[in-house]
Amino acid sequence: MSSSVLYDAPGPKARVRNRVFTVVGGLAVLALLVFAVLRLNAKGQFAPEMWDIFNYAGVRTSIRDGVLTTLKVFAVAAVLSLVLGVLLAVGRLSDHKAVRWFATGFIELFRAVPLLITIYVLWVLFLTYRSDLGLSGDNTGFWALVIGLTVYNGSVQAEVLRAGINSVPRGQREAAYALGMRKTQVMMTVLVPQAVRAMLPTIISQLVVTLKDTSLGYVITYQELLFQLQQLAGNTVVNDDNPYVPVIIVGGAIYIAMCLALSALASWIERRGRRAKTGIRVAGAEQPLAAGDALDVVDQSAAPADASAGKTN
Amino acid sequence: MNVLLDHLPQFREGFLGTLSITAASAALALVLGVVIAGFRVSPIPPLRAFGTAWVTLLRNTPLTLLFLIAFFVVPQIFFPGTSPFVLAMGALGCYTSSFVCEAVRSGINTVPLGQAEAARSLGMTFFQTLRLIVLPQATRSVIPPMSSIFIALTKNSAIAGAFSNTELFNVSKLLSDKGFAIGWIFLWIALCYLVITFAISGLFRLLENRLEVAR
Repeated sequence: MSSSVLYDAPGPKARVRNRVFTVVGGLAVLALLVFAVLRLNAKGQFAPEMWDIFNYAGVRTSIRDGVLTTLKVFAVAAVLSLVLGVLLAVGRLSDHKAVRWFATGFIELFRAVPLLITIYVLWVLFLTYRSDLGLSGDNTGFWALVIGLTVYNGSVQAEVLRAGINSVPRGQREAAYALGMRKTQVMMTVLVPQAVRAMLPTIISQLVVTLKDTSLGYVITYQELLFQLQQLAGNTVVNDDNPYVPVIIVGGAIYIAMCLALSALASWIERRGRRAKTGIRVAGAEQPLAAGDALDVVDQSAAPADASAGKTN
Repeated sequence: MNVLLDHLPQFREGFLGTLSITAASAALALVLGVVIAGFRVSPIPPLRAFGTAWVTLLRNTPLTLLFLIAFFVVPQIFFPGTSPFVLAMGALGCYTSSFVCEAVRSGINTVPLGQAEAARSLGMTFFQTLRLIVLPQATRSVIPPMSSIFIALTKNSAIAGAFSNTELFNVSKLLSDKGFAIGWIFLWIALCYLVITFAISGLFRLLENRLEVAR
């Protein structure tokens, strides 16, 4: 504990006090857990029959279908949002005023509007013009969700990439131009690869947000994991009660496992990048907010780095 | 254009609904977040473990799932008869508190160790160190991330509209169900959110300027 800002290395008195607080705090946390468990138990949520539902093939199939649908939406939205992100980032740095303004307006608009509203509006539009767009049945929800996620996360990824491109030292670009490379060549072979490498942890952390936001499909009644879970719990009756608690515990565990796996990948890449002595500094893997401004996260992670760099010199 | 003028009362109600749910859950998130951050930096293992578990679980759970818990589990098991507003506030507040906690914790960690050591060697007590040395410096580095946390909270509050709360998403849903052109509704709702988010970022920039020290 000696490395803490708030606390000195504890002496004999402080050690006794800490031990007392440890017991009291431990008891308080335990009491909270016991209260929750007793309450759930009293309502019969831990009855064996409640948990027996996971032995039925139908229940398992619907959970598996939900997971697969969520992953399908996530995969398509992730790829499309990365493509859109590169396009918008390059567009925002373009030399042509019209392109730059369009990209800036697009990014700012869709970053400011809640994702849920974008998805809902797209869904209503797709439902209205369903026959013209050639969509049918489940497809409407799928594309509304995917396009909504793409538009929002693409805007955020664009800002992340732009911060990455701007963090490439200016000499690199000047050297490339001096070698006679064209604008597109400079962007695609010099700037973007370095930006992606530097920003990879942040990009993946934003993908975690994309994965979490697929659950918004619940609101437009699209059959992804959360909707499946809710339907499952709502339509099953065990002991005159709906098994919401078991279903939510299982579903929550699936979501948390998927998100933690992706976050672990991000921080692994961050650690790997930090090891390298060459190239520009790799950004932190800190997860941006679900609807947060990735740029701000990037700025924060860059600022302390500069401060600490200044201190060591 | 007419959608806005004809349904001004609904839009105003939605706007105020978004504002009130955002303000209420921001207050809850701030209190919870600071308390949990206190747990996470304390030298008491069970509380630290609780804080870590809280942050890890809440940051990796979709907010919609939290809303599902708040609306289907909490009223039936723990507190029957809670109003939708309080339930939505609970879900949003708990979710955001995990982000607030991390911002506060990393803010405390940016204070150089030497500052606290110097304070202690001058004979300052724990609370004096906290009040005069650590918190003023930590606040300055906590404010910028806090601004984006509250902007995100404003946008996340749209989910509350899907769970029987009156706010902007709810209004847009009602009006589009009545058959008004969704494009115009979207434009006006977007404008409402822009007003709120600009207000928040302006407020925080003001705060930042007030607290800034000349170096």
